[in-house]
Amino acid sequence: MSIIERVRRTISGPESSGDPLLDELRAALSEDRVKIDGAQRSLLGKDASVFDGGNSGPICYPTTTDEVVAIMKIAESHDRAVVPRGAGTGLAGGAIPLGAPVVIAVTKMNQILEIDEDNGIAWVEPGVINLDLTRHLTPLGYHFAPDPSSQQVCTIGGNVANNSGGPHCLAYGVTNSHVVALEVVTASGDVLMLGGLDAEPDGYDLRGVFVGSEGTLGITTKVAVRLTRNRPAVRTLLLSFSNTRDAANTVSGVVAAGIVPAAMEVMDQRITVAVENYVNAGYPTDAGAVLLAEVDGPEAGIDIDAERIRQIGLDNNATDVRLAGSEEERAALWKGRKTAFGAVAQIAPDYYLHDTVVPRSKLADVLDEIYEIADRHDVLVMNVFHAGDGNLHPLLIFDGREPGVLDRIHAAGGDIITASLDAGGVLSGEHGIGVEKQKYMDRLFTPDDLDHQNRLRRAFDPVCRANPGKVLPMGHSCADIQQLRSVPAEVWG
Amino acid sequence: MTAVLYTDDAVLLDFAADVGSEGAVAIEGARTRWGLGGPLEESARLLAAPSGIVEYVPEEMIVTVRAGTTVADLHAELAERGQWTALPERGGTVGGAVAVGQNDFRKPARGELRSAVLQVRYVSSEGKIVSGGGPTVKNVSGFDIPRLITGSLGTLGCIAEVILRTNPIPAVERWFRADGADPFALQRVLLDPGAILWDGTSTTIQLAGHGVDVEADIALLADHGQFAEVEAPAAPTGHRWSMTPAELRNLPTAGLDAFIAEVGVGIVHASSPQPKPPLSASVQLVHERMKAEFDPTNRLNPGRVVGVR
Ligand SMILES: Cc1cc2nc3c(=O)[nH]c(=O)nc-3n(C[C@H](O)[C@H](O)[C@H](O)COP(=O)(O)OP(=O)(O)OC[C@H]3O[C@@H](n4cnc5c(N)ncnc54)[C@H](O)[C@@H]3O)c2cc1C
Repeated sequence: MSIIERVRRTISGPESSGDPLLDELRAALSEDRVKIDGAQRSLLGKDASVFDGGNSGPICYPTTTDEVVAIMKIAESHDRAVVPRGAGTGLAGGAIPLGAPVVIAVTKMNQILEIDEDNGIAWVEPGVINLDLTRHLTPLGYHFAPDPSSQQVCTIGGNVANNSGGPHCLAYGVTNSHVVALEVVTASGDVLMLGGLDAEPDGYDLRGVFVGSEGTLGITTKVAVRLTRNRPAVRTLLLSFSNTRDAANTVSGVVAAGIVPAAMEVMDQRITVAVENYVNAGYPTDAGAVLLAEVDGPEAGIDIDAERIRQIGLDNNATDVRLAGSEEERAALWKGRKTAFGAVAQIAPDYYLHDTVVPRSKLADVLDEIYEIADRHDVLVMNVFHAGDGNLHPLLIFDGREPGVLDRIHAAGGDIITASLDAGGVLSGEHGIGVEKQKYMDRLFTPDDLDHQNRLRRAFDPVCRANPGKVLPMGHSCADIQQLRSVPAEVWG
Repeated sequence: MTAVLYTDDAVLLDFAADVGSEGAVAIEGARTRWGLGGPLEESARLLAAPSGIVEYVPEEMIVTVRAGTTVADLHAELAERGQWTALPERGGTVGGAVAVGQNDFRKPARGELRSAVLQVRYVSSEGKIVSGGGPTVKNVSGFDIPRLITGSLGTLGCIAEVILRTNPIPAVERWFRADGADPFALQRVLLDPGAILWDGTSTTIQLAGHGVDVEADIALLADHGQFAEVEAPAAPTGHRWSMTPAELRNLPTAGLDAFIAEVGVGIVHASSPQPKPPLSASVQLVHERMKAEFDPTNRLNPGRVVGVR
């Protein structure tokens, strides 16, 4: 832009782009917070999943709830869909823009607004990064319990939308248990306060329903998160086994014994080797599988459960049981676990991180099946997962440049879903449905079940303008299809 | 074991047929919270939900139970395997407890009811059996129908069967009471109290967990008052107030005759009903749409409104 032009714009406001939608959005926010350039649109056309990018319309970066309301109203008047977006680390394609929607990226709404110790909560904006929140709370003796492996980058708004979990959600519960109130803006621009700081807020549990709704009920603009007190004592055990079956049986044995540890994570040998090569965390590379188990609580009884877990491991043929002797050793082990996905980059450039849940007693059988499925489709699989709640994360590793490889990956993914459902499991434990698993929803739910999910959705968003084309299979939400079709085929289309 | 899409449980199918698709109906549990939500329309047919424990898998910490089962019967069965659920024990049925959605007065020890309902099967306004959620402890497959139905007071569907998460019963549970001890200070000092009840004068505390942890907590109590061990108290009765944990500090000056407050939680049991503002207009709108979507003919528990005490 020339200097003369810039001066002229400062004096007379943004020049008309010729597109009324863009002009109105820029007038409501500011020119520099509404983007439409190719680079931005291509970047925000994808998330961290393996699914094809979508096609975004204007990308807005609001800083206040009022601006979000304005965006919703402008989008509505132009009959355009809206897609909320956090850090874009979602793995189910939830943030992929379909049908050239207005994308609302909340990354500039990133303030920790208030810490209210008397009520045990903090008010935060949705763009706050998960780990930043916990770091902020550490000096006060608290943390935010959900700790997804992506916690260095993912946002609280994204955690709420996906009801995210993490290794330490076994004892403490996933995001839904750690959010007490939400301010949200619906697609028609209504501001709702859902839930509350009081013990049992009145009315239907709309807060509980909104968490995990993947951006399809509206956008979160403020969150009251629960503060979890840091525990005085912690014991971290590393159990080694010659195979994944023994590790999985130990996990179900611990649960069956009535112990709910803070975390129980299993890694198979392939991923353990990758992690060791990557960060040198102290894992044994000769073990067929390792189990990282952590108990925490008051100092006096902390060793009781740790000892019982050790014994259950030995009963299930553990070849070695190690207790982390120092905070450094413990931190190194967790660093290894949490960088597992980074570690696979040395092996192949791409991965598809799958996510299903099975009954814990079926873990060993389903794992065996997953290795067979990978062999059958000639793909490399590694397993690193939240074993304590039966949440499998098969990691399919590949090089996307290889012709035909994605077809094999998706075929293997489909078989993993079948194996999990056949074992009495469900489609997703924490990544959500997005565009990834829509077509499998009718394997878990009847048409009537899905119809009722659709009704729930319509109560918030009767015309399905918030993140259309996600979660429910297309046949069950006709309004979605309408919404996607109603997009004008011009500029951004 | 494959995920069961369509139930072939004849008991549930009979219940669905009883509910049918026409005429006002309401499900009668044990009537322990019958007045909640306002008076029921007189034309409503009263039905009982089916009862019985369908499947209990202690190793998975889940139980499938029909709605008409009493919480007492359920908990008696689970206790044999050292487990219980977050459902309150006050004489009611499982379906009633889920429909009402209130927690036990020992919520810190027992857990949150709304997180314990993993799957719900209910009969819809159209007389169909609908399921939401799933049998695993972790699940984000689709919209959270269990959370919508929990606490909906039977106005969106007639609860027939639920899958609940169970929890291990702690090794030790003991109760202590002292006059004049500051319950708010104790709440900060104790890591995991099972319950802290306060009537403005005396503080009654449940300590639960491993025996050694409870002993360590007893030692802490001594710094805060003359605590004596007491029998487990009965569940408080009266009107239920929902307050923020911080608001409880002001209770002694709130003009209440008598109260029992759940410190750290925010529930207050009082002799008079809580004055409360209406829902905001925007939330009310979603409520009305939700009711219209799930019960277009307004036949489920007509007259009752969620949130009316
Ligand atoms: C390496 C790696 C490891 C991961 N590990 C885990 C893990 O351990 N556990 C886990 O649960 N997940 C994990 N994930 C998935 C992902 O990080 C989480 O789902 C995360 O919560 C998404 O947050 P985000 O800010 O990136 O959201 P995005 O990807 O930007 O969006 C995700 C969804 O949320 C919606 N959304 C975002 N912000 C809002 C808002 N303010 N209001 C309404 N809707 C909104 C979007 O529309 C979309 O549907 C992992 C991802 C990666 C890449």
